Amino acid sequence: MPTEELNQFDIDRTRGDFRYDVQYQYDAGTGLTHQTIDYIVDAKGEPDWIRDWRHKALDVFLSKPMPTHWASKDLENIVFDNIRYYLAGGQKPSRSWEDVPEDMKRTFERLGIPEQERKFLAGVEAQFDSEAVYSNIKKAVGEQGVIFVGSTDGLKNHPEIFRKWFGKVIPTGDNKFSALNSAVFSGGSFIYVPPGVKVKHPLQAYFRINAENFGQFERTLIIADEGSEVMYMEGCTAPKFETATLHSAVVELVALKGAKIQYVTVQNWSPNVFNLVTKRAIAHEEAEVKWIDCNIGSRLTMKYPGVVLKGRKARGEVISIALANDGQHQDTGAKMIHAADETTSNIVSKSISIGKGRATYRGLVHVPKHLKGCKNNTECDALLINSTARTDTYPAITVRGTGNACQHEASVSQISAEQIFYMQQRGLTEAQAMSLSVNGFVNDLVRQFPMEYSVELKRLIDLEMEGSVG
Amino acid sequence: MSSLKIQDLHVRIGEKEIIRGLTLEIPKGEVHAIMGPNGSGKSTLSKAIGGHPDYTITSGDVLLDGVSILGMEPDERARQGLFLAFQYPMEIPGVSNANFLRAALNSRQSEGEEIEAVDFYEHLYEEMDKLEMRREFTSRAVNEGFSGGEKKRNEILQMAMLKPKYAILDETDSGLDIDALKIVSAGVNAQRGPNIGCLVITHYQRLLDYIVPDVVHVMVDGRIVRNGPKELALELEEKGYDFIKDALAEPVSA
Repeated sequence: MPTEELNQFDIDRTRGDFRYDVQYQYDAGTGLTHQTIDYIVDAKGEPDWIRDWRHKALDVFLSKPMPTHWASKDLENIVFDNIRYYLAGGQKPSRSWEDVPEDMKRTFERLGIPEQERKFLAGVEAQFDSEAVYSNIKKAVGEQGVIFVGSTDGLKNHPEIFRKWFGKVIPTGDNKFSALNSAVFSGGSFIYVPPGVKVKHPLQAYFRINAENFGQFERTLIIADEGSEVMYMEGCTAPKFETATLHSAVVELVALKGAKIQYVTVQNWSPNVFNLVTKRAIAHEEAEVKWIDCNIGSRLTMKYPGVVLKGRKARGEVISIALANDGQHQDTGAKMIHAADETTSNIVSKSISIGKGRATYRGLVHVPKHLKGCKNNTECDALLINSTARTDTYPAITVRGTGNACQHEASVSQISAEQIFYMQQRGLTEAQAMSLSVNGFVNDLVRQFPMEYSVELKRLIDLEMEGSVG
Repeated sequence: MSSLKIQDLHVRIGEKEIIRGLTLEIPKGEVHAIMGPNGSGKSTLSKAIGGHPDYTITSGDVLLDGVSILGMEPDERARQGLFLAFQYPMEIPGVSNANFLRAALNSRQSEGEEIEAVDFYEHLYEEMDKLEMRREFTSRAVNEGFSGGEKKRNEILQMAMLKPKYAILDETDSGLDIDALKIVSAGVNAQRGPNIGCLVITHYQRLLDYIVPDVVHVMVDGRIVRNGPKELALELEEKGYDFIKDALAEPVSA
């Protein structure tokens, strides 16, 4: 990519490791009980149906065991009683940065959000701990009937669309953490794109954790009506804390007939964050859903974006990049549930493990016997930076019936000392050589990203590699 | 002081001493050749001078224009003007030749400065033309899927772009057919001049028909055992290395 373009987005977003002291008007305290739920509902001024919904979800959460029979035992180190479940300044999301409280505005300015908004985004939502502090959509996009608001705003002001789809793609009881999110969710985006509307520029949300021992539980619901198109991008950061922080989001996408949704995530969590996210889409007839998912940072990430291919000729894709540095575990993958004829799915996963970092790929592809003309392609490649790094692959592919095709390829490679020496001999430092090699490894995927995010990703990889060599 | 000077160098890999007291000086403007049988330590010499971490220098020194480079990282040595053309150039998947060369050139710029894209491509295409390389080469990943000849040509292209003060060409002729050998040699010869000193390491005399050296050194068992004019290479070709080995009893001054 030409340097000129690189410089254009030369925004300092190094890790987001900083924080400002903020006064919270609402604080649900530590621990989670039915009183916590009532506190959140009252603070947010939500209707009764959601109060009941949340209480039921809490019961489900409390009744479900941790999934440690297959997942990392590290999950058991989450102390739910020590977490703060709701923290908010009490103000409504502003439509102008001028009205955002100073400390929060400074945070997002430092992360470069207002500048990006001016340059290339159709709308921005900025969430600070539990609530959005800024939410705005460009006038022209709003006039086309596109709704882009926070989840609370969505459930209160657009119930006729919201309730129809909310919790339908990912039911409360899908897993323990989707139940937790359903009980205490706050923030996240609600997007509705009317039939035939193609949103040219991306909509972006930025999720910022600022408080220690905090749990962020945003909930995003995107509905692309027939023949519409939308791209949504999310970025996430948190400062480094001594104690663990929890991020547990639920994201539901609905692509109606012929609609296209692209969902791009570049997260850069600090190494104390448990990042346990459920993301799933339903693709109706001839609809396309593409998840682009970049996982950098966190202590443990567990995330397997999925697409239920519900209508004929629906198409699902997951492109993911995970970078596990020392002490981190990226447990990521994809799920493709084929539920109609001639549906196709594509999964490309690349992981990089550095030092004692660990990357795990879990893939689920399901094609039942009665379907015809379904195709899946799965590729997963792992790169190990040195001998202590670890990678595991757990593909679960069930393809039944005779008229369906499936292809699976996996590879593991290593950056050799000889390769680094060769690059150093040309003048690159060890860190530059590592970084260039890692960027080369993910290059074919990064090319599919929106330009702004590929630049961001390259910067993040550079930073990770800088820190990982002596 | 304009020379690459190797003084009484001793190099080990693990516990095994490979280079055993080697002394050699390549003045700027000259091309020297090292010839020697397999296992004499030729490739070890180039890697050790380049600073490869597997090679331990136990004593002696390497001076680049009078300054010792042994305390430097491999990349620092490179930026000081040392270039190795590798016998087995490494593949770097996903990194294009153009990006790699630009990164290498940018590493030589002062902090925060980068080379101009237009100038870079102009210069790159000019050098590629000399080596009869096609334009599409710039977007291919470094050495990935290259034939032996393409890899060696790429080494010489990198050398031309990076303009080193001293270049060590390690078995550049291996894996080349005669046409490729001619192109690569012409590429090296085009770079000869008062501002560069070259050390050409080779097993066979054939390469020296095309890159004619000013001085020939013969290396056996980790030492230089004979120095002479270019005709020494022909003598070796004719008589084989055994004649040197047989004569090793005689004292030699480097």
